Amino acid sequence: MSTYKVNLKVNNLNVSVDEGTTILDAARQLNFKIPTLCHHDDLCVAGNCRVCVVEQVGNRLLPAACATPVSEGMEVLTNSMKVRQARKNIIELLLSEHNADCTKCFKSGYCELQEMANEYRTGDHIFLDVRSKNEIDISSPSIEKDDSKCIRCQRCVRTCTELQAVSALAVTHKGKEMKISTFLDKPMNDVVCTNCGQCINRCPTASLVERNYIDQVFDAIYDPKKFVVVQTAPATRVAISEEFGLGPNRSTGKMVAALRRLGFDKVLDTDFTADLTIMEEGTELLTRLKEALVDGKEVALPMMTSCSPGWIKFQEHIFPDMLDNLSTCKSPQQMFGPLAKTYYAEKINKNPADMVVVSIMPCTAKKYEAERPEMRGSGYKDVDFVLTTRELGRMIHQAGIDFEKLEDEKYDSILGESTGAAVIFGATGGVMEAALRTAYEIVTGREVPFANLNIKPVRGMDGIKEAAVKIKDVKEEWSFLEGVELKIAIAHGLANAKELMNKIKSGEADYHFIEVMACPSGCIGGGGQPIPTNMEIRKKRAAAIYEEDEKMVLRKSHENPEVTEIYKSFLHKPLGHRSHDLLHTHYYPRKRY
Amino acid sequence: MENKIKKVDLIFEKVDYLEVLERSFKRTQDEIILDVIDSGLRGRGGAGFPTGLKWKFAKNEEADQKYVICNADEGEPGTFKDREILTQVPEKVLGGMALCGKATGASEGYIYLRGEYNFLLPSLYAAIDKFHAQMKELNFDFTIRIKSGSGAYVCGEETALMESMEGKRGEPRNKPPFPTTSGYLGKPTSINNVETLVFALMIAKEGPNQFKDMGTFDSRGSKVFSVSGDTPKAGIYELELGMSLEDFVNEFGDGDTKAVQIGGASGFCVARKHFKETVIGFEGIPTGGSMMLFNSTRSMYNILNDYLEFFEEESCGQCTPCRVGCQQLLKGIEAVKKGIKPPSYLDELQKLSETMKIASKCGLGQSAPNPFNSIINNFREEIIY
Repeated sequence: MSTYKVNLKVNNLNVSVDEGTTILDAARQLNFKIPTLCHHDDLCVAGNCRVCVVEQVGNRLLPAACATPVSEGMEVLTNSMKVRQARKNIIELLLSEHNADCTKCFKSGYCELQEMANEYRTGDHIFLDVRSKNEIDISSPSIEKDDSKCIRCQRCVRTCTELQAVSALAVTHKGKEMKISTFLDKPMNDVVCTNCGQCINRCPTASLVERNYIDQVFDAIYDPKKFVVVQTAPATRVAISEEFGLGPNRSTGKMVAALRRLGFDKVLDTDFTADLTIMEEGTELLTRLKEALVDGKEVALPMMTSCSPGWIKFQEHIFPDMLDNLSTCKSPQQMFGPLAKTYYAEKINKNPADMVVVSIMPCTAKKYEAERPEMRGSGYKDVDFVLTTRELGRMIHQAGIDFEKLEDEKYDSILGESTGAAVIFGATGGVMEAALRTAYEIVTGREVPFANLNIKPVRGMDGIKEAAVKIKDVKEEWSFLEGVELKIAIAHGLANAKELMNKIKSGEADYHFIEVMACPSGCIGGGGQPIPTNMEIRKKRAAAIYEEDEKMVLRKSHENPEVTEIYKSFLHKPLGHRSHDLLHTHYYPRKRY
Repeated sequence: MENKIKKVDLIFEKVDYLEVLERSFKRTQDEIILDVIDSGLRGRGGAGFPTGLKWKFAKNEEADQKYVICNADEGEPGTFKDREILTQVPEKVLGGMALCGKATGASEGYIYLRGEYNFLLPSLYAAIDKFHAQMKELNFDFTIRIKSGSGAYVCGEETALMESMEGKRGEPRNKPPFPTTSGYLGKPTSINNVETLVFALMIAKEGPNQFKDMGTFDSRGSKVFSVSGDTPKAGIYELELGMSLEDFVNEFGDGDTKAVQIGGASGFCVARKHFKETVIGFEGIPTGGSMMLFNSTRSMYNILNDYLEFFEEESCGQCTPCRVGCQQLLKGIEAVKKGIKPPSYLDELQKLSETMKIASKCGLGQSAPNPFNSIINNFREEIIY
């Protein structure tokens, strides 16, 4: 497509940009940074905070750089006296309604408003205090909402609507009463919120943060009666480095070392149960296909992955009539919990009542998931505390551990062994790829027909990905699958998931198996991951995930020796009686309102 | 004393609007638009954008659907002329919309009616039914519907109005794109004030010259004023534009007029000492119609306080300068009055009001400081003491 070029001047320098470019992006091309608050690369333009206003020669008004497209011959000044006065005023206004208790604030140090206030040193606090008094909403186990810190930029609203199609958050009231609220101002836990935490990732202040459980975890660590084990999700290991200014990086070994230094009794890996998930879920898929193709039973297809608790709650609220399509497998986190308090407790001779299971997750919905009443397969609360990648970063900072200088360490055994198939759970398409690597091999006895096991069609950041795998020359016991074209689809971000679901519901698409992750780009873009987030960062995290996979000796879940062992000595077989008790669950329809 | 106020009767004059439409429908779009441009008609809602130009922009857009909207969300405090127009000559409003539809190539029109004017619905629907039948007879494809507002002042702002019409929260959009490019449902839309549409019809009836010959170079024609406050002659008057405020006060004042608020809460307050040099019109102080007279018994502090309370509540709350700025202006004058802040704090607030004027997202925030500045400048002592 040919694009039309527009010539303009920014701060007296000429620049030529594509038609439709905003003043903000044109200035960026000349390396002029214009401050922004309501703008976010992942979201539509709002133009409501007004800190990005610039002077346009000949225009009485100061246009918002983020919302104004360039025009031919335009002359823009990004830091004129007029702009400076307006910008300082606007920052002061925001501060006058903001509960700036920075020394107590969880976001201190990476709050965008704080950074801007520091940069502009407005300092005077000329305006009167017009802060609103409100109760902090801590009804949700995942998300804390404090309106006194809200600057009404509406990033959260746009996130909830555009990226997630949930619309739990909306703008209500007007004038000085205008606020971000929920349906009928209900508590966060009583609305359609999926706890995905994407709003937290994009909130410039601490109006939306995760419920943090750092102190409770330290209390457990320092309680001599407690045996505290920690599990780490695939996506945390490529992002925790960002908490120390090191960018997205493979840092599994450093993270393990840090966890050990924090005092966890054993450092174990959710990747182990990710491999286990593949065994259970892969078997479930093949069983459903057999029931459909051979036994002629009414089986809910496509089968849908169930690793993402945000997606599960979304499905329960929005598509409650399709809950049978969800795999009954618990997520890897919730498979880990009951196994730690049964199988593992027995092996290490501990009383499960004295055990505390902590998870480090890229996710805020996992906090909610751990609280679900179904998640007590072991007879105890299976997972006691869920911390985000950010909380782990905070703990490491608090403990004075120099993350960058740590030497790599290995996970403890058992429940510490994993394969490359498990680590790719962290990126969109990863569960599908891992499942295919195993299921294809079970059925045909051969490896998946993709170079170096890398199933490229399911990778990447397209919102909805579709693929088909032709199954040929199958083993005798799988003869019913001979010649079948396995149709699959992958969605990430709930808006894409909704689109995919609607296609399935309308009969427009017929898949056998779909993978859905609630968060854009999958778990690497999870609501518990380091802030900021944008596509560039998420792509780097994904690249690190796939690199981690390639470096692994074992890259197929069924080759994990610990998985083989647990089936031999404890679970006996996938979908067996013990699996049913510990590793599978049910879902419940919920109302939208 | 010579009475320099010239009363006009174009808006409320009963005319054979069908005849005007029949004649206009035979003309080209450009011919209709050229007449409106030539007449010098500018939007009567207050902002004063040249109407013919707006129609031309909408006409030049390529689109499968275009819309005409009649902005009848008359919410500016002190303005009540559109209500009277819609009561007395609704058929002329509908005719103006059809004319605009013809000129711009739109086949659908909407009246966005202020929620408080819902009592007009039965008579308006009756007028619309009759109008639809007449259009059918003229073989002109144009339908009009009504959407009721829900009470938010900001929905009189054209893009917030369209958001509201689309069932969304009434928040102004970023401009550009302007409504003539992307308006209601993203389609080219010409949105005009009630009075503007009637004038357009009258220009089509009489040709551009009758209108053009009235008023001044910048402010052609006449205008319907809503006169209220300390006046023995409160009511609605159509007057030729370009008169001085002194003449106006001589006609409508009670002999003790201390100040006139021109243009409603978002307009300007003019003190007695400036009556003589103040022209009512686009070259002086424009108004959407509201003229509020205050005599010497009135406290300017209370008046300003009322206006600011109004804006504090009626800001949509979307953009920072308006949402927080309005609160700060209100709290600020209260603090100065109570001695919590020194009188010099008013200077800080005036700097803030400049920021609001140039950095707010829409006309509401850009004009909310008008009464503040004009009252502070003219009656500073009343605010402080």
